[in-house]
Amino acid sequence: MNLDSLLPHLGEWLKGTGPDADVVISTRVRLARNLAGYPFITKATPAQKSAIEAKARDALRDAAVEPRLTYIDVAELPAIDRQFLVERQLISRELATVLDGPRGVAFDDRESVSVMVNEEDHLRLQVLRSGLSLEEAWEVINRVDDALEARLPYAFHEQFGYLTACPTNVGTGMRASVMLHLPALGITKQIEKVFKALQKINLVVRGLYGEGSRASGDLYQISNQVTLGRAEPRVLMEIREVIGMILQYERQARQVLLKERKQPEQDRVARAVGTLVSATMITSEETMELLSAVRLGIHLHLIDDIPPITVNELFIRTQSAHLQKITGKSLGAEERNAARAKYLREKFREFDPR
Amino acid sequence: MICQRCGQNPATVHLTDVLNKARRVQHICDGCARAHQLLPTPDDPAQPINLPALVQLIFGAVPPGEPVPGAFPAAVDDLGAGLVCPECGLKYSEFRAEGRIGCPRDYDVFRAPLLPLLERIHRHTRYAGKVPKSAGRPAAAVEPLPALQARLRRAVVAEDYETAATLRDTIRAQESPG
Repeated sequence: MNLDSLLPHLGEWLKGTGPDADVVISTRVRLARNLAGYPFITKATPAQKSAIEAKARDALRDAAVEPRLTYIDVAELPAIDRQFLVERQLISRELATVLDGPRGVAFDDRESVSVMVNEEDHLRLQVLRSGLSLEEAWEVINRVDDALEARLPYAFHEQFGYLTACPTNVGTGMRASVMLHLPALGITKQIEKVFKALQKINLVVRGLYGEGSRASGDLYQISNQVTLGRAEPRVLMEIREVIGMILQYERQARQVLLKERKQPEQDRVARAVGTLVSATMITSEETMELLSAVRLGIHLHLIDDIPPITVNELFIRTQSAHLQKITGKSLGAEERNAARAKYLREKFREFDPR
Repeated sequence: MICQRCGQNPATVHLTDVLNKARRVQHICDGCARAHQLLPTPDDPAQPINLPALVQLIFGAVPPGEPVPGAFPAAVDDLGAGLVCPECGLKYSEFRAEGRIGCPRDYDVFRAPLLPLLERIHRHTRYAGKVPKSAGRPAAAVEPLPALQARLRRAVVAEDYETAATLRDTIRAQESPG
């Protein structure tokens, strides 16, 4: 499969709609599964890994999985294509760059369901949705899991549930995460307080790129830590409750910004657009910062010519493998910064609010 | 209370182990817990928990050839020392170094040292959730709640915390099937 065919469109999870899309970018639920009768990946021989991959590939082809999935042999892909799939959130960085040997991924046209084969676990199922959509994501992944289970006997234990290579995943094997855009909590310096509260209730917070307190582009992921002892619907409900509170805080902080410092915010947003529309070199970090300001500006109605999907789209398309696919050649760091700026200029001129 | 590692800052992290029916509590300050990566840090996205560090903390000593000053004394290696999985060949020392598991069978082979680790990570040692159709329903007959609660009270009085923890999980799982 030529991955360039994926380039013109983007996964549905980026469409910027869905419940609470003013704050929530996307919802992801993943399940870790292993086949019975085989060792986990670290103890598997090359022959066993091949056998696992073959079984998984057959099951993915024959199982009644809805939506239909297309399997890609990741081991055979060039590095740039693997990076491209990472940027699309279809595979993990580990599957792309750390692991070797037989491995692959299957995903659907809309890029909402993906199944990695021979990652840390034999199977990693994932569903991505736009907006806050935990229950719906669970329903989809649960069905995919049932369909695969009908063809692949899973390693399951009466006391410990679904067995995984790492004891942090054993049990449900489920990690549910919600990606939030929290610029106003960042600006009003309340974000630390929110994090402390979350850690106390066993939820994990991290920035998109895991930098200190203020994450790149004000994007944060919140996910559950516990997989043993609590059934899936209960875990999802607990996350949902917490997200509900954070949404409320972020929205309040946005209203405070509008009330108390509308002019400076308007200025900040306008300057962000100004830079994006005129820079000739720009790093991905600066791009994230500026796009974050623009996204907040859109939702505060400080600018209205730019649809939210554009910002979500640009978050992805300005990353390195995407830029190189768009320009059709491999680029060094400086060349990427120039190509990124050029791409942003063109995009923003289409919407230039001035 | 002062941190047992650095002996300077107030202890804010309290770790409780139940091993061989003995309860052990360790008190550590935030800084030391972070330095030893026992608390989730935002810059380790893939792994919210540092498993090797957690394994070290629970099982006392450090992996061979890597002495760490101020480490806790070896305590519970007798739970697993000498265990080898007949299926995948995972040795206790390998499990001990990384906390990683080699094959499904290991969950039974290394059950004893795994239980305190699972208790620490999940605060539970018994599964609740979806069951694959092929596995059928869990075979064990469901013990009535009052009987379980009575056993829990007896276990607590007897200071048999390991049994108590298992009973508590069973009760919780029954109380909230959802």
